[in-house]
Amino acid sequence: MNRETRSSISSVVCVKQVPDTTQVRVDPDTGSLIRKGVPSIINPFDLHAVEAALVLRDKFGGQVTALSMGPPQAEEALRKLLGFGIDRAVLLSDRAFGGSDTLATTYALSCAIKKIATQQPVDLVICGKQSIDGDTGQVGPGLAHRLGFSQLTYICSLQEIDLEAGVIRAWRQREDGRELLEAKLPAALTITETCNQIRYAALPDLIAASDKPVEVWNVDDVGADRALLGIKGSPTRVKRIFAPPARQRGEILSTPGGDPADAAALLMDRLGERDIRLGGSRV
Amino acid sequence: MSDNVRSETDDSPKKAAAKKGRRGRGATKPGDIWVVVENEGGTAGRVSWELLGKAAGLAADLGSRPAVVILGEDDERLAREAFSYGARVAYIASHPSLTPFTADPHCRALSQLARKYKPEAILLGATTRGRDLASAVATDLKTGLTADCTSLEIDEETGLLKQTRPAFGGNIMATIISPDTRPQMATVRPGVFPLPEIIESAEGEIVSTKPRLGDDLPVRQLEFIPNPSDAVSLQGAKAVIAGGRGMKKAGNFALLEELAAELDGTVAASRGAVDAGWISHQRQVGQTGQTVRPVLYIAVGISGAIQHVAGMQESDIVIAINNDPDAPIFDVADFGIVGDLFETIPALIAEIRKRKTAGGAALDFTAGEPSVLKKAGKGAGKAPTEDAENTPDETPRDALGGGE
Repeated sequence: MNRETRSSISSVVCVKQVPDTTQVRVDPDTGSLIRKGVPSIINPFDLHAVEAALVLRDKFGGQVTALSMGPPQAEEALRKLLGFGIDRAVLLSDRAFGGSDTLATTYALSCAIKKIATQQPVDLVICGKQSIDGDTGQVGPGLAHRLGFSQLTYICSLQEIDLEAGVIRAWRQREDGRELLEAKLPAALTITETCNQIRYAALPDLIAASDKPVEVWNVDDVGADRALLGIKGSPTRVKRIFAPPARQRGEILSTPGGDPADAAALLMDRLGERDIRLGGSRV
Repeated sequence: MSDNVRSETDDSPKKAAAKKGRRGRGATKPGDIWVVVENEGGTAGRVSWELLGKAAGLAADLGSRPAVVILGEDDERLAREAFSYGARVAYIASHPSLTPFTADPHCRALSQLARKYKPEAILLGATTRGRDLASAVATDLKTGLTADCTSLEIDEETGLLKQTRPAFGGNIMATIISPDTRPQMATVRPGVFPLPEIIESAEGEIVSTKPRLGDDLPVRQLEFIPNPSDAVSLQGAKAVIAGGRGMKKAGNFALLEELAAELDGTVAASRGAVDAGWISHQRQVGQTGQTVRPVLYIAVGISGAIQHVAGMQESDIVIAINNDPDAPIFDVADFGIVGDLFETIPALIAEIRKRKTAGGAALDFTAGEPSVLKKAGKGAGKAPTEDAENTPDETPRDALGGGE
């Protein structure tokens, strides 16, 4: 991993299978999540992470390994990525991983990445900037910290990799601008959607991928400590879930075919009643 | 495996907590509530003071103190500013490696402070910087972290920090606790909490520390290109006039600018308008944009997808203008006008001008500070849909507290 000289760039890309969140709702009567019929997709941000890894491999050589933690059906997501041209797919799947929060998740993933690192070089760990179901963005930085890799989040553009110097230079998107960072390899990156355009997998590649193996690893395969996994290993607890606080539907001020000027006048009257006043009424 | 990979000698969170001894619960005095100041060259990000206002309330409920952490240079001026916003203590960690911000030295400095002074909770802005730092520190301290909280409360019975956040793109809300580990960590987006009042004469205690950091940083900043100067912050705007796909083209946003000028407001947009390329991403309100809480929010030609509503539902008064009577935006609007926006907006501008001529002054938002308005009766509409209990086991918690 901390190789003296590099001649290629190998990456582990962390991907998550997520429900299409636009279709997830809370049952107002029972308060439970309605997940029935909600399709699973690959977290869209993670596809940009895969693309970034593939571009680097095509330029520098090396291997791209996709790593996912989830139930057995997450294999389907990894198989799709094999069709995109990744070299290796690993699924971490074990009931003991279930219920993990981000701290336990990064522990499990870091165990798997350390195992991969015994088999092949790992120069980069690449994640999407966040998942669309959890939206936390915590796994990438957490992994960087656990692995002791340089931490580069919200990367919006990869500038260059200097193999000889063992550094990566990349642009990071901040609220107030963009910064060019130079990081020692190995590094852990989280990638924004503006970083690249996702390639389309050719149908023959997708078909060929259906024969490629997805390696499935359990807790013992990665040598993880069960006490640090799942609910036991997760400091956070979900106390309750509920439907988002809804604002009440208010008053419709217009009438069909009515004069817009009347609606505008009525609106200004109503704002005045709410203490949102025109200066003239100010005492 | 090279020695570059940190060895995993962690204890489980529970064991770690047991070792440290359980705090809170009245057995021992609860620790302070910390806010990490977004320190950009001696200027604090507004979100820091928003969080400090919240921290003061939490500390009062808990019987502890609100405190700030200033990482960077030894800057007492920033500490004094923090006192005026309600901090009682300012921990300053100064080291050349902390400027400009990179995650690793900030993580080490904050972790060292937390291990030494044992805060009850640490709050950070859910910004690119705050999220970066919080995740690393929570991993280092093996403690719970909840991202993007929209509500923070102290549980009366247990003294635990109840952290409520949206998940699944805003389709559900989850309340998260970290019962066994300290500090309890949370990030909060800018604009979620109001700015506290300034008390100029307020004083506090300054604790100056020198973190143990090397000079050999894993990440270095080579260059910074600030956003163009016409970039706007929607935070703090009293009136936000947002346009959506109904605006039809970029040029039509001039109409909203005209209305904004009359209301002394700021123009914003939905994701639809941003994706269409009509307006900059920096003006986007919603799940993947900014969260705003103005006195007046006018949604023009916006359908009102839940991802958009998530970014503006804390506004005091919402006005929706849309030609589709079934648009969901009307479900969250105090006042709706069903009609052609290209007729309605000019009519509204004309009406405001007419009243200004009659009355003399601009729309007065100072009378409508959020707290005043809520007491005036609006708040009733925002009662959460009580009280859908659910057990964690039924919940895919990776998507609630965890996940990527």
